Amino acid sequence: METGTPNAAGALKDLKVVEFGAYAAGPCIGKYLANHGARVVHVESRQRPDGFRLEYPPFTGNTPGMNRSGCFALFNDSKKGITLNLKHPAAHPAAIRLAGWADVIIENMRPGVMGKLGLRYDSLRETNPGLILLSSCNMGQSGPRANHPGFGSQLSALSGFSHLTGFPEGSPQLLYGPYIDFIAVAYGAVAVLAALEQRNRTGEGQCIDLSQYETGLHFIAPALLNQEVNGQTAERDGNRDPQAAPHGAFPCRDDMWCAISCWDEGQWERFCGALSRPEWKTQPHFSGLAARKEHETELEAAIGTVTRQWDAWELMRALQEAGVRAAVVNRMQDLFTDPQLEQRKVWRKQLHPEMGSRNYRFGSFELSETPGEITGPAPCLGEHNALVFKSWLGYSETEYQHLVEQGVID
Amino acid sequence: MDSPLSPYRVLDLCGTLGCLTGKILGELGADVIRVEPPGGDPCRMTGPFQHNQPHPERSLSWLAYNSSKRGVTLDIAAPKGRALLLEMAAKADFLLESFPPGYLKGLDLDHGRLRRINPGLIHVSITPFGQEGPYAGYAAGDLEITALSGAMSLAGEPGGVPLRIGEPQSAQWAGAEAAMGALIALFHRNLTGVGQHVDVSAQAAAMSILAHAPAFWDMLQVDISRAGAFMTGRNVHGAKMRVFWPVRDGWVNFILYGGNAGLKTNRGLVEWMETRGGAADTLKNIDWSRFEVSQASQAEIDEIERPIGEFFQTLTKAEFLQGVTRREMLGYPVSTTQDIYQDPQLDARDFWQAVYHDSLEATVRLPGPFAKFSGAECGTRSAAPGVGQHNREFWVDEMGLGVGEYEMLIEEGVI
Repeated sequence: METGTPNAAGALKDLKVVEFGAYAAGPCIGKYLANHGARVVHVESRQRPDGFRLEYPPFTGNTPGMNRSGCFALFNDSKKGITLNLKHPAAHPAAIRLAGWADVIIENMRPGVMGKLGLRYDSLRETNPGLILLSSCNMGQSGPRANHPGFGSQLSALSGFSHLTGFPEGSPQLLYGPYIDFIAVAYGAVAVLAALEQRNRTGEGQCIDLSQYETGLHFIAPALLNQEVNGQTAERDGNRDPQAAPHGAFPCRDDMWCAISCWDEGQWERFCGALSRPEWKTQPHFSGLAARKEHETELEAAIGTVTRQWDAWELMRALQEAGVRAAVVNRMQDLFTDPQLEQRKVWRKQLHPEMGSRNYRFGSFELSETPGEITGPAPCLGEHNALVFKSWLGYSETEYQHLVEQGVID
Repeated sequence: MDSPLSPYRVLDLCGTLGCLTGKILGELGADVIRVEPPGGDPCRMTGPFQHNQPHPERSLSWLAYNSSKRGVTLDIAAPKGRALLLEMAAKADFLLESFPPGYLKGLDLDHGRLRRINPGLIHVSITPFGQEGPYAGYAAGDLEITALSGAMSLAGEPGGVPLRIGEPQSAQWAGAEAAMGALIALFHRNLTGVGQHVDVSAQAAAMSILAHAPAFWDMLQVDISRAGAFMTGRNVHGAKMRVFWPVRDGWVNFILYGGNAGLKTNRGLVEWMETRGGAADTLKNIDWSRFEVSQASQAEIDEIERPIGEFFQTLTKAEFLQGVTRREMLGYPVSTTQDIYQDPQLDARDFWQAVYHDSLEATVRLPGPFAKFSGAECGTRSAAPGVGQHNREFWVDEMGLGVGEYEMLIEEGVI
């Protein structure tokens, strides 16, 4: 047994991961594993680079370029990048050798594509029986709509989130990114780690079929049960909650907002006190949850006229000191100065050859013995070809050069 | 079939924030013991409820996130309860809790103490902001956590009220990512025998929602904010594209894409409109292989979107889904929970798991396995427990309390 001193290399330092995937749903899993020490190889090719490299802003200096994408950077730090053109007729042996090296393969291509590339799980496991393959896609590998293409940002509509976001009388509202992708990332990482645990006992690998749609439904399970048990269809209702009033975001100075909720009469009375509106406590239409729910629009308007005079951070502190739940609605820029996120070192800088010093996001949990780290910036396209093929996969210089000349490594 | 976590025992003392963690570990085969204070955990009073009547055994939120667990009661604030918890912790592999930071220390049950009892224990703390720092003592629920995560600033009308998703989400973000942390700690323990403390921040977990929005600030000092029901930031003239469109029985999500991403979708749409009474000339005259939505003016986009909107208003959500699937077009209906239960894709994959719930006197279809493992069982193993449902089998049969001792502990209110 080791002494238990924190291990800088990370808990997963013996783990080898290969990603045949792009965008967020596959690669973000590998990022988390890499942050805890795994060696993660992100496979692209010059023919088909990861779509996040060129398709979406932001780019360094607002100038698009293969190695300038902030979107790509955020989900690929701490990894090694190679360019292996899987569609090249001579690429198959190299792909098999890579798969033979790996403990885990993560792919998020359309169902069937791995098979077309000659990388079906059944054949991969012949040479690597301990291999774990995670396939993550919109609908899962089976079912009548398995092959229907789709983006995670739109899948949030099919899986119920859009219907629950917005005001009752208005349109559903957008969630900024591919919301579901990140749910699938959390479940995908759990699935891989669970399969590794099982392999530790049995020596056997397995393949895992993850439907992003299905993982998303786990995040609205209470609303689903309300449909199933009560026949009630949940509707969007702004920020309101049936068990609290007020429960919403209120305007403050400088276009800032503060989220506030009161869950019992004690909180409500302390809230009135902190806002210097003791008269609200005795007004019958604000007295008791039922009355405040009935007059919620009026309640929200009254609170808004007071909060507009406040600085959002001062209001949060004053209400928290009074024992009332309150929180500034952080903007993106505020996340880089939020003292709590600073405390946890959520943002960690790495120097990238083309993008310069950039902030990368560390995950939501801190481990006392194996803290983990952002160990490097996102790779430039094909940056680690020599390292991975020669040092990790054992190709000789001559073999390696041959692959480059053939365009297998492109 | 084997389950990945079948050798392990989990003590789950979580409130709202960590319920999902134990549920996930239970679905993977761990023996999860839900430890509640006598009378039940306060989060049993979170709605919705069966028949809308508040009752600790009929909270649908509780039932949704505490399946695949056994339920026992224990007052850990009482000295005898504390001693029993330490006895349990000595034999457990994971301890999950979401108490306010410092609470366990006040009971002399902090990580140092637990670790002396069981050096292999993986202790997972799930709190709104983490164990230390300026906000660690702040009171916060889903609304406040989501606000400080930044996610609310990205939803809602521009300049209008920032919004959260109506079904609380931050507890699931924290819960799922806590399960990831717990299993990373298990990986380390398998190599070294050493357990550890996993300190989860729900605020940091909910930041997963932001996708790449913070990068705009980090790289360009551009503050991305909410854009209502429109897609912005993809057009050189600052034009916006509609995302949500009214149809006969609700809404659908459809976005005008250009380039390769939109080619099949746009051609498919024109062909579809032709079969349903004809497509407008505006659409027929466009060479979609050259169409770049990023270069179009707002007037051009509006002119393209008008007939599309009129066409969609003739469809139902189900017809829309059928049509886009057949033509491999991008787009989805804005589903309600009712639509989701009727989706044949989920039936074809045997997604729903029908589980009888004694407390509801009803069989309920729960969301099924979060993933399909070729070599392992995964999925709901039992309905969420009633208050103290497994007290006797656990305390007497497994922990070896004498029947007399057990009954005295009940009388004293410890169990």
